[in-house]
Amino acid sequence: MKPIYQRALQDSFRKLNPRKMAGNPVMFVVEVGSLLTTVLWARHPGDLFVGQTALWLWFTVLFANFAEAIAEGRGKAQADALRKSRKDIPARRRKPDGSFEEVPSSELRKGDVVRVEAGQSIPADGEIIQGVASVDESAITGESAPVVRESGGDRSAVTGGTTVLSDWLVIRVEADPGQGFLDRMISMVEGASRQKTPNELALNILLASFTILFLLVCVSLYPMADGAISVVVLVALLVCLIPTTIGGLLSAIGIAGMDRLIQRNVMAMSGRAVEAAGDVDVLLLDKTGTITYGNRQAAEFVADGVSLAEVARLASLASLADETPEGKSIVTLASEKFGVHLTPPEGAEFVPFTAQTRMSGVNLGDEQIRKGAIDSISNWATSPVSERLKEAVDEIARKGGTPLLIARNGLAVGVVYLKDVVKTGIKERFVRLRNMGIKTVMVTGDNPVTAAAIAAEAGVDDFLAQATPEQKLDLIRNYQQGGRLVAMTGDGTNDAPALAQADVAVAMNSGTQAAREAANLIDLDSNPTKLIEIVEIGKQLLITRGALSTFSIANDVAKYFAILPAAFAVSHPELGRLNFMALANPQSAILSAVIFNALIIVALIPLALRGVNYRAVGAETLLRDHLLIYGVGGLVCPFIGIKLVDMLVVAMHLA
Amino acid sequence: MAEFVIYLLVLVGLAYPLGQWMFRMLERERHFGLENLIYKLTGVQPDRQMGWREYLQALLVFNLLGLLVVYALQRVQGMLPGNPLKLAGVDPYLAFNTASSFASNTNWQAYGGETTMSWATQMLALTTQNFVSAATGIAAMIALCRGLLRTESRQLGNFWVDLTRATLTVLLPLSVLLSLILVSQGVPQTFHQPAAVQTIESQSQLLPLGPVASQVAIKQLGTNGGGFYNVNSAHPLENPTPLSNFLECLAILLLPAALCHTYGRAVHDRRQGWALLAAMLLLFVPLTLLCMHYEAGNWEGKEVRFGEAASALWACATTAASNGSVNCMHDSLTALGGFVTMVLMLFGEVVFGGVGCGVYGIVLCVLVAVFVAGLMVGRTPEYLGKKIETFEIKMVSLGILCMPTLVLLMTAGAMLVPSARAAMLNTGPHGFSEILYACTSMGNNNGSAFGGLSANQPYYNLVGGLVMLISRFWILIPVLAIAGSLGAKKRVPESAGTLPTHSPLFVVWLCVVIVVVGALCFFPALCLGPMAEHLRYL
Repeated sequence: MKPIYQRALQDSFRKLNPRKMAGNPVMFVVEVGSLLTTVLWARHPGDLFVGQTALWLWFTVLFANFAEAIAEGRGKAQADALRKSRKDIPARRRKPDGSFEEVPSSELRKGDVVRVEAGQSIPADGEIIQGVASVDESAITGESAPVVRESGGDRSAVTGGTTVLSDWLVIRVEADPGQGFLDRMISMVEGASRQKTPNELALNILLASFTILFLLVCVSLYPMADGAISVVVLVALLVCLIPTTIGGLLSAIGIAGMDRLIQRNVMAMSGRAVEAAGDVDVLLLDKTGTITYGNRQAAEFVADGVSLAEVARLASLASLADETPEGKSIVTLASEKFGVHLTPPEGAEFVPFTAQTRMSGVNLGDEQIRKGAIDSISNWATSPVSERLKEAVDEIARKGGTPLLIARNGLAVGVVYLKDVVKTGIKERFVRLRNMGIKTVMVTGDNPVTAAAIAAEAGVDDFLAQATPEQKLDLIRNYQQGGRLVAMTGDGTNDAPALAQADVAVAMNSGTQAAREAANLIDLDSNPTKLIEIVEIGKQLLITRGALSTFSIANDVAKYFAILPAAFAVSHPELGRLNFMALANPQSAILSAVIFNALIIVALIPLALRGVNYRAVGAETLLRDHLLIYGVGGLVCPFIGIKLVDMLVVAMHLA
Repeated sequence: MAEFVIYLLVLVGLAYPLGQWMFRMLERERHFGLENLIYKLTGVQPDRQMGWREYLQALLVFNLLGLLVVYALQRVQGMLPGNPLKLAGVDPYLAFNTASSFASNTNWQAYGGETTMSWATQMLALTTQNFVSAATGIAAMIALCRGLLRTESRQLGNFWVDLTRATLTVLLPLSVLLSLILVSQGVPQTFHQPAAVQTIESQSQLLPLGPVASQVAIKQLGTNGGGFYNVNSAHPLENPTPLSNFLECLAILLLPAALCHTYGRAVHDRRQGWALLAAMLLLFVPLTLLCMHYEAGNWEGKEVRFGEAASALWACATTAASNGSVNCMHDSLTALGGFVTMVLMLFGEVVFGGVGCGVYGIVLCVLVAVFVAGLMVGRTPEYLGKKIETFEIKMVSLGILCMPTLVLLMTAGAMLVPSARAAMLNTGPHGFSEILYACTSMGNNNGSAFGGLSANQPYYNLVGGLVMLISRFWILIPVLAIAGSLGAKKRVPESAGTLPTHSPLFVVWLCVVIVVVGALCFFPALCLGPMAEHLRYL
């Protein structure tokens, strides 16, 4: 047996502790019922019917505990792995005089400054204040490829427990021991800090109310039937009626939901955030990286006075030494479309891009070739840019692209159309989101013309152009004022206020410490499109709860028809006509209902852990389908199930 | 059958315009003369808005006063004028039961109608309660609507204004109209002394007369049901002609049906009103057809003048709405006919239900349906743009738990208390049905009686009185609390992910929730009563 099952099995018994059970009113009632029947059996050990009922009631509790334990078990295994990277390691702390001293990492406090060399582990969460290094973060992300971390910018945060592979870093510690990212992650996956989410709480109250109702039904049935019903049968009836299926699986569903996030490398800082994700009405998405590939790519050449092939050749020459993705894409386009295959010519003198000149190029003897932004080339050129090229430039800008001018010896001869390439499949995703009732808003620093063009191409509902952090924050507040729930992703420090304001905020793990602290979800893969998956997981979580609740209550109808005729077989034999299932005898009928009730929990554990599949269709369709599957199915399934169990029980001479 | 179809057509046809008209009466901008006078005399500040706690407080205080007045009047009626039959004061248990019964819009009559209550008691105490208890229901409903409609507001309107308007501008004109029609059909409205008549067998009989038409009109319209005469609307003077029978039967469901539309209008989404009405009809029509089917050919306990179909229809209407007036003896219904009437009550009086309380009762069921369905579409459930969260579910549970608790415990108690148990007329399942029916009727503020059971004795009077009060007023706490909490919330704009609560699918789902919750609570009890009786004689 796998260790995870072994541990879950042990935990199922450990969880029988009434103090732990009290948090789950449904299963608590079952446990009390089990105890009661066991006592009754102890007084008449010869009564095998009572004995079997007691046994199966205990199984009901144990199966529910097992479901929870197995859900927790997955997290525990992960937590153990994480704990290994959290061991105490020596750190080199900077003293006020600037020299370094060796201290154990557990003595580091917020604000301390440490230096980490290649090959050493980073002792605590922090912000890089000096240096650039490649860092192995596989301990937390599972991704083995090292990542670059550097001071300044949006990739300055490091996590304790990860390892510096090359160079060195000076880090300001941002978390006290025990409160670092790794610690929070461990307690999250272990479920130690798991609190019931608001929706879970509400459902629990509803289930508790049903339990109280059925308790009343069973208690009042005794005098109503003039005592013609035995206590064991009453307890069996009660346990079958109260929603044990959902009651037993409820916490497993919640834990499994978190686990599904973890498997997608998303850390939820609270269960609330996951649930809120299911409710999101508006998604704010950064254009770059989410909607478009991060880099623009050359898509077209325009020529004036020379052939297109010549422009392609010149552009390619000017880009040979350009290592940026844009530059490479120009070379690729030229070779693909015009067969221009160049190697750096002899004596070529490359002019690199600088922030002052904002152009790059090459000098080949007396031939000076340049490519660059419109205004910089216009300034550099000695003769004015022709009308034809100006038109082309305007046209490209209108389409949302970036034009680059190509000039030779002071005369602009062509334009390169750099296009923002919308990610493949993103449009379909937005259609799905729209079907789910979620509005998508693209946020970009581009000008409104460019933004509108890309927004149209990607199929987002709205866009915010030339966005500043303040505008972003205002936009979120506006939506929230209108009663909407807003989700966004962000990585930079300037995103932090907006992240803090958003209802669901996903920070990239590569982002700054400030962004990570403001967010309630952290994506370890730093993949901005993941927000969409998070929304789906949130919805899946709620759907699973609703579906199993419906199933659980719908099951009761069949159980009534199994138990009532049997319970009153002596005092009201006429009720035997309600025994539609033709169950063999009263004892087998009651036993079958109890056994079915216990087994269905086990049968549904996989569904609870996996979650009900979510499809992006309208609410009405979704409700209809789920009502058919879990409502009608819940009505019919136990009739068949109880009949089958009854046949088995009779065949095995159990009753 | 044709009668049933005409009945439904007229009901549905009248409900819509009446519902709109009631909305305009209740939510008028200005107060008219008489209203202003009343506010001035009572010192009410009509434009002062109340939060839910204050609204509830006013409602409870007012009804407590009503309870005390009715109790006192019955006790001292022997010393008061307006007592032509020289009836003595009513004994304390019975007086408490009757006071609770009329304060709670139940109108369970443990007393013997014209032979127990003087005119003064009937008019001052009972008829007044008929108006104000129905008006209380309307007020609470309209307060709930305000909570659903308003955003980020803690104001639910003014109870005194709602009460005054519901009484003066809705119930009073309608019952005057109905009284006049009934008088035209031969229902007495007089202060004459009892009429002495010669029967066909040449014996002399004293026929008590009185202000009958006015009380009949409001008892039918206000889902009260307490008749002037002991045999209620089976009495030829309460219900003399086929037309009077049709109109009285129509009046039972008219206001509860129309209030669905008032609700739809008040929450600014008329489709919601249609949805509630559709759900009610979807449960009412098949069950009535079932009852009519089983009653066909069963003449026992029925007025020959009305026939089996019209009697079965009345029996279903009066139990569906929490009216409780009868035109046949329910004890004599077939086992399954009686089963239907009990089921209609055990849904918690949400299939039409009482005036006002039918709507707020079904809204609680809607919230349960929305909660579970909302989960199944993957969103935190919301109704009319308001999120249904832990507090609302807590309150809904509190409201929904109340009735089954009362009915089940009172029935169990009746089986345990020897004197209460001995009150059964029959033995076996039918005897149990008598007790179950009585407890169901009181626990749901219906007031109709199965007969057979000798209910005028301390257990039923005392426990029943308490049950009626709790059942009626307990649920108002969660209803108004929900109104308050939802009113303070923002409205979530509708999107493709929003679950529509007016679609046929949702209506069916709502019906399923009502049936399943009702059936699961009472299936065992119904099995031991009417079901066993039916199966025994198959």
